[in-house]
Amino acid sequence: MGGVFRKLGSIAIDAIWQLGFITRFFWLVLVYSGQSFTRLHLTIREMYFSGVLSLLIILVSGLFVGLVLGLQGYEILQRYGSTEAMGTMVALSLLRELGPVVAGLLFASRAGSAVTAEIGLMKVTEQLKAMDMMAVSPIARVVAPRFWGGVVSMPFLAALFSTMGIFGGWLIGVVFIGVDDGAFWGQMKAAVDFRYDVLNGVIKSFAFGVAVALIAVFEGYDCVPTAEGVSRAITRTVVSSALAILALDFVMTSFMFRGL
Amino acid sequence: MSRTTLDLWVGVFVAMGIAALFFLALKVGSISGSEIKSPYTLSAHFDNIGGLKLRAPVKSAGVVVGRVEQIRYDNERFQAEVVFMVDGRYKFPVDTFANILTSGLLGEQYLGLDPGGEENVLKPGDVIKKSQSAVVLEKLISQFMFGKAAEGEPAPAK
Repeated sequence: MGGVFRKLGSIAIDAIWQLGFITRFFWLVLVYSGQSFTRLHLTIREMYFSGVLSLLIILVSGLFVGLVLGLQGYEILQRYGSTEAMGTMVALSLLRELGPVVAGLLFASRAGSAVTAEIGLMKVTEQLKAMDMMAVSPIARVVAPRFWGGVVSMPFLAALFSTMGIFGGWLIGVVFIGVDDGAFWGQMKAAVDFRYDVLNGVIKSFAFGVAVALIAVFEGYDCVPTAEGVSRAITRTVVSSALAILALDFVMTSFMFRGL
Repeated sequence: MSRTTLDLWVGVFVAMGIAALFFLALKVGSISGSEIKSPYTLSAHFDNIGGLKLRAPVKSAGVVVGRVEQIRYDNERFQAEVVFMVDGRYKFPVDTFANILTSGLLGEQYLGLDPGGEENVLKPGDVIKKSQSAVVLEKLISQFMFGKAAEGEPAPAK
């Protein structure tokens, strides 16, 4: 009996310790950000690796999600004879939920895992320690640029995902099925509010960007410096980013969209 | 990869992202805040507001001229008081009629303003005197049913 409680206690203490560690790490990243912004090209480089190189997967996935939304939306809406509302349906579901969430999940597996692997391998080969020895802060030189590169890229990627998705929905609805073009855009424009729908989606994607980037750099920095440790850290990055995105999404949705 | 090509790609990426955000803001969504310019508030009392919601549109002749700002219960009159903003460019006569209407059969409810013929216009903070409540479907059906029943009653007496 005592063993069970002891185990539970150790799990709880570990979890709280981990939470404290990640919060302190986050604080350190923010503190060293100013120092890393003086060499802005480091951050721009990371934006290239996590943003530009994720473009292809984001754009293609966005297009396919939009195509599927178009087909499914048409199938359901035609039962109620309101296929003109297709634009509204596609735009709202992409802007509010699918854009930020799916782009976040793809971003975590495409860019987050790469960041963890890179930092983890630097730790294994003791590059981080070497930097420390040379009085170069590894957080300012390695971690903060990767964190900010991810945070800045994520809202753009989510917006591009939603745009491609709306294009995909338009392709299915207007070009292939023959929904009226004016009704598609007109109803969409009437129903989508800039502040309520678009801006809340951008806020969501920003929050997911912070979560994914923080988890990715933290897992890399915190990994056990062995080959196995790095591979475990990458797995943990993808799993905990996905969980963090979905949990954050629920919390934010319940604050943002409560039907007033 | 050299730094200039890298900068170029990141620049293209950021420009695409900003273009996408602009597309979403302007083509997909509509910026509601700037639509209503220099608004003034009016209010009206209703016996029943039905399903009218906050931020519901206020329309006159089908054009959106404002938004519902506040809905509260007036315990002295036992009526609902609806406070709404109207665009400063539009003036309405004092004998304007306020209705709660529904767009389409299952659409959202909105506040409709039917202007009257008076010379004087409503000033900010004024109360619209004449109003018509929302149509409650159950009441309409029951009226219809009782109407039918009343119609049918005299027949056997004849």
